[in-house]
Amino acid sequence: MPMNAQGRPSAAAAVERVDLATISGDRGLDHEEPLIFELGREGVTGVDIPEVQLSAARLDGQRRCAPIGLPGLSEPEVVRHYVRLSRMNYAIDAGLYPLGSCTMKHNPRLNEKMARLSGFGDIHPLQPQQTVQGALALISELMRWLTTLTGMPAVAMSPKAGAHGELCGLLTIRAALDARGENRTRILVPSSAHGTNPATAALAGFTVDEVPATDDGHVDADALEAKLDADVAAIMLTNPNTCGLFEPRIKELADAAHKIGGYFYCDGANFNAIAGRVRPGDLGVDAMHINLHKTFSTPHGGGGPGAGPVVLSAALAAYAPLPLLMHDGERLRLVEERGALPAGAKPFGRMCAFHGQMGMFVGAISYMLSHGADGIRQASEDAVLSANYILASLKDVVSAPFGDGPCMHEALFDDSFLQGSGVTTLDFAKAMIDEGYHPMTMYFPLVVHGAMLIEPTESESKESLDRFIHVMRGLAEEAKAAKRERFEGAPYYAPRRRLDETLAARKPVLRWRRRELPQAAE
Amino acid sequence: MRYLPLTPDDRASMLAKTGARDIDALFRDVPKSAVVARSAFDLPDTQGELAVERTLSCMASRNMAGGSVPFFCGAGAYKHHVPAAVDHLIQRSEFLTSYTPYQPEIAQGTLQYLFEFQTQVALLTGMEVANASLYDGSTATAEAVLMAQRLTRRPKAILSGGLHPHYAETVETLAALSGGVVRAPTAPGKAEDIASLIDRQTACVVVQSPDAFGLIRDLKPIAEAAHAKGALLIAVVTEVVSLGLIEPPGHQGADIVAAEGQSIGVGLNFGGPYVGLFATREKFIRQMPGRLSGETVDANGKRGFVLTLSTREQHIRREKATSNICTNSGLCCLAFTIHLSLLGEEGFVRLARANHGRACALADRLSRMKDVELVTPSFFNEFTLRLPKPAASVVDALADRHILAGVPAARLWPGDRDVRDLLIVAATETVSDEDCDVFVKALAEVL
Amino acid sequence: MSETRYTDQHEWVRIEGDEATVGITKYAAEQLGDVVFVEVPEPGRRLGKGGEAAVVESVKAASEVYAPIAGEVTAANTAIAEEPAKVNLDPEGEGWFFQLTIADKSDLEKLMTREQYDEFVKGL
Repeated sequence: MPMNAQGRPSAAAAVERVDLATISGDRGLDHEEPLIFELGREGVTGVDIPEVQLSAARLDGQRRCAPIGLPGLSEPEVVRHYVRLSRMNYAIDAGLYPLGSCTMKHNPRLNEKMARLSGFGDIHPLQPQQTVQGALALISELMRWLTTLTGMPAVAMSPKAGAHGELCGLLTIRAALDARGENRTRILVPSSAHGTNPATAALAGFTVDEVPATDDGHVDADALEAKLDADVAAIMLTNPNTCGLFEPRIKELADAAHKIGGYFYCDGANFNAIAGRVRPGDLGVDAMHINLHKTFSTPHGGGGPGAGPVVLSAALAAYAPLPLLMHDGERLRLVEERGALPAGAKPFGRMCAFHGQMGMFVGAISYMLSHGADGIRQASEDAVLSANYILASLKDVVSAPFGDGPCMHEALFDDSFLQGSGVTTLDFAKAMIDEGYHPMTMYFPLVVHGAMLIEPTESESKESLDRFIHVMRGLAEEAKAAKRERFEGAPYYAPRRRLDETLAARKPVLRWRRRELPQAAE
Repeated sequence: MRYLPLTPDDRASMLAKTGARDIDALFRDVPKSAVVARSAFDLPDTQGELAVERTLSCMASRNMAGGSVPFFCGAGAYKHHVPAAVDHLIQRSEFLTSYTPYQPEIAQGTLQYLFEFQTQVALLTGMEVANASLYDGSTATAEAVLMAQRLTRRPKAILSGGLHPHYAETVETLAALSGGVVRAPTAPGKAEDIASLIDRQTACVVVQSPDAFGLIRDLKPIAEAAHAKGALLIAVVTEVVSLGLIEPPGHQGADIVAAEGQSIGVGLNFGGPYVGLFATREKFIRQMPGRLSGETVDANGKRGFVLTLSTREQHIRREKATSNICTNSGLCCLAFTIHLSLLGEEGFVRLARANHGRACALADRLSRMKDVELVTPSFFNEFTLRLPKPAASVVDALADRHILAGVPAARLWPGDRDVRDLLIVAATETVSDEDCDVFVKALAEVL
Repeated sequence: MSETRYTDQHEWVRIEGDEATVGITKYAAEQLGDVVFVEVPEPGRRLGKGGEAAVVESVKAASEVYAPIAGEVTAANTAIAEEPAKVNLDPEGEGWFFQLTIADKSDLEKLMTREQYDEFVKGL
């Protein structure tokens, strides 16, 4: 027989586990990666552009004198650098991402493919309108879906994120009050609200009047009603709320707000729990932003870009900001100026340049058409079912502050199960990283001590949920057994151990700077 | 439905675990009157990928894509070539499908590119520090005005007449609540006398360069006039490629720079998503809006990055936050960072020269035409022409001939009769000699 | 002879003649965690009782320090602005925030004694 005489062993040697310090500093597939500024050389580029001789520059004597200081790298070097960086990130594509209130659901690649069609991605916002009728038709179709799903008559499309949508909604309310000649100053915001709500109210020139929560995780409806008077511009509620619960008295509160002449702003961050089943318009909502990057999956992209269209009630529709989209019988038309307004329109102003986040619009409509109204309803139900399944499967070992009732699309726990163990919510979250999971949202909402907010979304299979539950139960038991070392030092198996946030904040280093070379000895 | 993994059996056994009788029982807090049936929605049912692609491709085909015709539109959004590697890299799952880097140990990829982005923006603008981006140039400008109002404790913002009108309207929407906004008159091709408007109530002066007509502005005298009265200069840049050739605002006395970064790495996208650049002086960082990535070390002493100075932000400061902003423009930042890294110093400067050279050549040819006048004596890659008839009708006529000839100034200043005949023309590196020939010939025919 | 009193907002006030020194209590410093930023008032600034006088921030929280009594600021501890860690190391000593004149002695009457404050903290 022919012999393999290369000496290559075919089985692993029996070696004790060692913590090997490597020569490179890298560990297998885990590569350390310097900053782009620490790489590269002068005179190298990753883009070939012909040199142009400028014969008569028309720069008004303002030519740049000093070099910029950018490093030069070839294409393969740049690709490798960013591929290596990408591998230091967790992602929904790689694992369950139970970040409550953030809705990390599957991001279909069809969304991206459609947004990159040249007819959408390569058109200019100020092209003649007859050359972008397909784009305007897409926006119009998305508006139809959003208004139909919410049961609201109008929608402002330009806001670029949820918080931008909140601002748009409150400015619409301000304009409606101005039109009535009223100067109301207060917005009622529950203590459980997301931080953007009070920040937006302040930005829109209102004062924030905080409404407490009840012991069962709802807004204190009696306290809220008691605060309603002729100075209240609006109530600003998240529904389902940040504790993952539907506000049962929502319609009553909306009616009470309307009765005193105020409006109801609903933070639609959690619309994904009820889309296709419940129409906010039926609940008395006057304005609500919809996070297309959450409910309609456009994706999150490491923190943006998002999109936050705002649906509006009949009472507010007239005050929607520019631009407006209308059909003039012959074709779709963007109204960008006050001089050409349709009858009755009284826009409060403009939220941003151009017409909104077209790239996200394409992604959202692609998602909506794929699901259909039946699929959207099923997605909401699956999201709610999955959260309840987690709640039911964990509540005997992880403390749930609001008892046995069902939750909506996210399950809230607190840190009372950790009492006496010496393990904190933060430690527990970091231990989840070692188990291969992105942690849940922690320390939010503020109304619960050591909050852990878990949102599985509809994108997980039962097997995936069961595995997650198994890990969570195991960790909870380890924590209760006060096995502190696996928590306090966690994470051990991540690109970085715990980072010193105090140092970062005390001596902020917000950019790279070339190190001063030591002076040569004289 | 292909995106939903649960089977009917899964649902049944999960429901059993929850103890609920049926799915409706989980929605028990929803008022019965508010629950609607499927039939309440006049919307289609689930469709496969092929069907969705057909529908959307059909809509897309009804638009005149920039790459399919000679293309000269600018006015705040510019067509540049984006290297293939950019889109490939930003679509990697780990970038595309991650969230804001709240858990830094497993988000170093995002945090490091944000740190690189902040450094690049600071270098380009000639400023000390930059944030991890805002939504776009217009909202960055509005945030800059609010920041100036906080820093100076003064109410008034003076906006140059050369500021992009959409930007001015965005500023008015926001800053009107916290103070007054004064818009200087529009003077195409000229620098208005803005210094005389500054008084002791002035928080800031907002000047765009190159301005909305393309004119390059000298910021130094305006910075001096503003500083003499205790006001700040906010410099706005809508075409960041210009910074490869023009003195950056930071070297001209700007206190805050708000810019649109779309030109680097981000497509036209019909106006969004884009990426707002925001840079300022180090001493102002605590009043800065938006996310910041900062350098630190981990428990093993290794360098790493975290979101820092969060106490400025809404999730901690709530109604006292510097801004209500919660996201940045993450993926567009990444596209910007990768494209600029590919360009490097040499590529970026060459790109700027290619743009300026192209625009100079086109401006020379067009302004030699009968009855066509070049209004902007200086410019980078965009200039304004005065035509012998309303520019909008010329643009429409050229669109019929499959040429996107630029933006009529009347689209931006609709009520202003003085700009009716002005056409704003941009020529980037994507414009070929042949495109210019076609444009010049067709323009001669429609004039 | 000095005497120290406390507020329910976790400030301490050390009274020496017509002047008082103000800081945050050890309990407050512990609750805040590592202090990363401090802003102290300019000398000469007149403060009303209960008015915002200073800012103290940790990584996770930002708080205002209120003037426990009315008066005019005579000195501010710029050392803690430069080195915020001092607030954690010695909150009721070197980590003081500012000194002010005592405009109205009756303001002092409603403040807590050490025993009362300790009792108050226990109840939180």
